Amino acid sequence: MIPAAFDYHAPTSLSEAVALLSKHGDTAKVLSGGQSLLPLLKLRLGQAGHLIDIGRIPGLEYIKEEGGMLRIGGRTRESALERSEVVRTRYPILLDTAQVIADPLVRNMATVGGNLAHGDPGNDHPATMLVLGAQVVATGPKAERVIPIDGFFVGLFTTALQPDEIVTEIRIPAPPARSGGAYVKFERKVGDYATAAAAAFVTLGASGLVERAGIALTNAGPKPVRSTAAEKLLTGRRPDAAALGEAARAAGQSATPSADRRGAADYKKEMAGVLALRALTKAVQRAGGR
Amino acid sequence: MKIDTTPEVSGMGHSMKRKEDPRFIRGKGNYVDDIQLPGMLYMDIVRSPFAHAKIKSINTEKALKIPGVLAVITGETLAKYNLHWMPTLMSDTQMVLPVEKVVYQSQEVAAVIATSRYIAADGVDAVEVDYEPLPVVVDPFKALEPGATVIRTDKKDKKDNHIFHWEVGDRAATEKAFAEAEVVVKQDCYIPRIHVASIETCGCIADFDRVNGKLTVYMTTQAPHAIRTVFALVAGHVGLSEERIRIISPDIGGGFGGKVPVYPGYVIATAASVVIGKPIKWIEDRMENLQADSFARDYWMKAELAAKKDGTITALRIKTLADHGCADAAANPSKFPAGLFSICTGSYDIKHAFAEVDGAYTNKPPGGVAYRCSFRVTEAVHMIERVTDILAQQLKMDPAELRLKNFIPKEKFPYQSALGWEYDSGDYARALKLAMERIGYPALRKEQAEKRARGELMGIGISSFTEIVGAGPSKHFDILGIKMFDSAEIRIHPTGKAIARFGTKSQGQGHETTYAQIIAEELGIPASAVQIEEGDTDTAPYGLGTYASRSTPTAGAAGAMAARKIREKAKKIAAHLLEVSPEDLVWETGKFSVRGAPQRSKTIQEIAFAAYTNHPQGMEAGLEAVCYYDPPNLTFPFGSYICVVDIDRGTGQVKIRRFMAVDDCGNIINPMIVDGQIHGGLSMGMAPALMEEISYDENGNVQGGSFMDYLVPTAMETPSWETDKTVTPSPHHPFGAKGVGESATVGAPPAIVNAVVDALSHLGVTHVEIPMTPERVWRILKEKGVAE
Amino acid sequence: MAMHTIKLTVNGEPHEATVESRLLLVHLLRENLRLTGTHIGCDTTHCGACTILFDGQPVKSCTVLAVQADGRQLITVEGLEKDNKLSAIQDGFYQEHGLQCGYCTPGMMITGTALLERNNSPSELEIREAISGNLCRCTGYVNIVKAIQHAARATKQETP
Ligand SMILES: Cc1cc2nc3c(=O)[nH]c(=O)nc-3n(C[C@H](O)[C@H](O)[C@H](O)COP(=O)(O)OP(=O)(O)OC[C@H]3O[C@@H](n4cnc5c(N)ncnc54)[C@H](O)[C@@H]3O)c2cc1C
Ligand code: FES
Ligand code: FES
Repeated sequence: MIPAAFDYHAPTSLSEAVALLSKHGDTAKVLSGGQSLLPLLKLRLGQAGHLIDIGRIPGLEYIKEEGGMLRIGGRTRESALERSEVVRTRYPILLDTAQVIADPLVRNMATVGGNLAHGDPGNDHPATMLVLGAQVVATGPKAERVIPIDGFFVGLFTTALQPDEIVTEIRIPAPPARSGGAYVKFERKVGDYATAAAAAFVTLGASGLVERAGIALTNAGPKPVRSTAAEKLLTGRRPDAAALGEAARAAGQSATPSADRRGAADYKKEMAGVLALRALTKAVQRAGGR
Repeated sequence: MKIDTTPEVSGMGHSMKRKEDPRFIRGKGNYVDDIQLPGMLYMDIVRSPFAHAKIKSINTEKALKIPGVLAVITGETLAKYNLHWMPTLMSDTQMVLPVEKVVYQSQEVAAVIATSRYIAADGVDAVEVDYEPLPVVVDPFKALEPGATVIRTDKKDKKDNHIFHWEVGDRAATEKAFAEAEVVVKQDCYIPRIHVASIETCGCIADFDRVNGKLTVYMTTQAPHAIRTVFALVAGHVGLSEERIRIISPDIGGGFGGKVPVYPGYVIATAASVVIGKPIKWIEDRMENLQADSFARDYWMKAELAAKKDGTITALRIKTLADHGCADAAANPSKFPAGLFSICTGSYDIKHAFAEVDGAYTNKPPGGVAYRCSFRVTEAVHMIERVTDILAQQLKMDPAELRLKNFIPKEKFPYQSALGWEYDSGDYARALKLAMERIGYPALRKEQAEKRARGELMGIGISSFTEIVGAGPSKHFDILGIKMFDSAEIRIHPTGKAIARFGTKSQGQGHETTYAQIIAEELGIPASAVQIEEGDTDTAPYGLGTYASRSTPTAGAAGAMAARKIREKAKKIAAHLLEVSPEDLVWETGKFSVRGAPQRSKTIQEIAFAAYTNHPQGMEAGLEAVCYYDPPNLTFPFGSYICVVDIDRGTGQVKIRRFMAVDDCGNIINPMIVDGQIHGGLSMGMAPALMEEISYDENGNVQGGSFMDYLVPTAMETPSWETDKTVTPSPHHPFGAKGVGESATVGAPPAIVNAVVDALSHLGVTHVEIPMTPERVWRILKEKGVAE
Repeated sequence: MAMHTIKLTVNGEPHEATVESRLLLVHLLRENLRLTGTHIGCDTTHCGACTILFDGQPVKSCTVLAVQADGRQLITVEGLEKDNKLSAIQDGFYQEHGLQCGYCTPGMMITGTALLERNNSPSELEIREAISGNLCRCTGYVNIVKAIQHAARATKQETP
């Protein structure tokens, strides 16, 4: 499978990259890890006149905790998340997520920024970022802007990004004490997108009640699904089996998956609930709740 | 098994390291796409988006305007040479390129020839085809209903979609046995369409040399000689006669049956090379490979088993509908439209049996080939191993006990089966008992009871299969009339080294090693000093190729027999050198010595030297032999597998916790290679049981046509296989071996299904269709009220 | 057609090539540089037959553009053997029958090489995870796992 012809640019600075994007408008695409974009071009399911490779711009790959935030450079590889000490010890939900994306070889190229920017409801990071309350930093011709994750996913393969904006950083608030998050994915085999997957994040109060809850689903609709109904059900409750079960069921209800080779819609919807329960249970455990 | 040679000689039984590996581990294999010829052009294929449609027009104008696109070949082009149709191996016909209509999605419609792969792809995009969709026939049962749309309108008198009816066994006696039966169990079972998906796809380079009129085709083929003959038959009328055709099968990245047929791409590339006069490379991509190449299986079976209350099986009856797609392009021996399906009585002593198979055309790619299986044996074994378990369940007997009760006892071999086979040798109880012991069967049953009490789902499944491989005796087996013998030619060089050539073609089985070991065993020449060649029709002796586990039973045997001819001559030379009569000589590995005077001896190396320097007067010089081996019978490898599964009550996912495979393939040439074959076979048995399937929607659109959805298991889904063996030599094979390449693919699926059904049997579940996807299993859990 | 001149190092040797933007790295290696040990087995980035080391990391070269390799260090299967001595991974595959048709083998060995660089005593599960982006149809993976374990033992003996 061979892509149709396109032009390729390798800017060495952000401003140059943004200028190229502005110049070529709709016909241009950012090339980051290329693990979503190139397969599409190879199958000729997508077309691009110009690829703007951000691979040569310095300073886009980092993971650091700073000012109460985890800051992840837009071009940070999934494999870097997997090997990061701060991720492993402080943000295990991110490790859960990174290590179930695609396969280890793809993860050596695929980037966190690309995973979000692609706007693919089948991608795994969106759900995790939704429950973590992340912010996406986008750099455009004018300046940098911070997009709260809740407003980032607009529809199938569409995000709040302008065509001339580049995701340069993802910011995740540092977890408060007695917090825990988990991502659990159910896939047909390694390298597959989720049949169903759920992210959960809980913060427990001193009394052991849930102070804040985040629950989101992958591949459960045209865009990543955050289940506010489930979150509401859980907030203020003791995270016992009954409460988690109710919340998980509510999460399942918020899924509107479509049928594909991974399963019929009703099955996937049920699986969303099953996975939500597993993620919640693990998150509560990690928060020290049980 | 006794080992007679030293590790230096490495005859039978040695786990000699493979002779082919040094090139592969250095990246120096020579696969077809690695070959680049001067002036070579590239071909890419335009394929149909419709499963059944009239072709109203093909507009090549835009494509031809692309710089570097040299030609677009259509059915019209080929029709000028009467090359737009070709015969299949089953004497049916198949389109090379269509003139009137397409009959399956992804069918070849036109081919673009260009100066590079990239430009050829652009050319394909630019060819405009106008289709008029026709009604699509997807379901083979509906295909046979009166009034169904007739697919093969090319066949003058064809008024329906029925291809063949085939039956075997005594219908009346079987019916009587059923009428008298104390217990009857029935089961319908569908074995879905799957694809071998070797990691290397198919392809070729056709190179027609206009000066000397010779066509050389480098091709991913498991059967180069057969292909040469087919080419000569197809293209004889345009002047390609057999001595001017050379098929070279280079290193092959896995075959498994998918590289037996002649694909339209080969023929188009060849025609294009003849017309253009330049070498033309065609390498299909993975989606073409999955969507258009021959498939395997697609058998709809209905089986019934009759038994006494004590569990004695008395009769078996199976009725099958085979979906062949748009042409019967199976790779069966000609007289066996349903392959060796009549092995369906399995490992059991069943007096009465009757089996019938009907073939139907549908709007799908033609087939079916074997998927690491000796012609429909997998389907047969799946069915018998399933109904045996269902019977055990119905009688509340342990499935192991039921099997032990019904096995053909070892004293009864050679055993005449109700459906006409003579099983060569077997000791089925020994294999099953070993498997049970190795896996700790009683303890597992105990664990299962405990888990069940806690609501956990764990199952143990057994499969005790009998394979039938090594086609075959020429009185029964031929392909397009060519008898299914196989061949070897051995030449001993003056310094005692050797070269041997075979009519088969390895695709990873390690023939360069195992054939050398056979010759080492017979002649005492170190295997490392025996060079093996296959795959070039200009040099190798004629043979039918490698599939259906036939290489060791046929070509391997030919190698041993040719070596024995050489030994006979060597004996005469030794007698001459030692000045004794041949009768006074005794052979021990690598040398002849004088009976009673062992210090007086001549090694095979000394004899070889003499064959060229000092041969007896009146004898021809040289030391070489050829053998075309026609096996007296097939070989019947067997084994017993036990699988342990756990089922996730939340998702329905089946996890194979353990899998113990005890195989018996008679005497073993190289245990390391046999183990490897079994590991691979087990994985290719697991895959369709749990993951792989190619299906079609109601419009004939292929589902699962790329590696995104055609789920080839990774190392994470594959369990750590455990293996063991028993050795029951074949009495008729020259060195007592049987084939082994496919046993595991045949034996594994029912073991896995039986394990899953076993895990659910207390809920009243008696059968689960494959692939046992999480969704399919979850729906059962849901229905039974145990989904979490 | 947009052409680019790129310079890259493959198996320690510098190369220069003028390529179309869309040329896939795997084709640059196989067809321009004639390093045919790197294979192609799919269109959807699933099989790993094309795996190479890209600045030390194993990646699927069918899903990287040749132009992206400008200035990079690549290692292919042809670069594993050093001074006529097989690498530990190559020897492991040879000794443990880690290959049959050999088609997936270069990719598997590259992945295995990278794994052992990071972790010289991987568990069976870690090995299986590491090679889960490489499909093998022949071996059932059992002997590939053994081959990598063999290489791990050999590597540790060399550099205790
Ligand atoms: C076989 C396979 C399996 C996969 N399985 C999974 C899976 O299970 N889960 C999963 O989450 N993903 C999966 N992926 C996708 C993989 O993780 C993607 O690569 C990733 O989602 C996109 O990241 P990328 O860096 O490769 O982006 P690219 O492919 O480079 O780009 C993707 C899109 O995002 C845009 N883009 C990229 N970076 C930026 C940026 N910084 N700013 C603005 N726009 C940008 C591009 O223009 C393009 O439209 C799989 C991929 C493959 C090949
Ligand atoms: S060729 Fe299959 S992943 Fe690259
Ligand atoms: S050895 Fe054949 S695909 Fe792995």
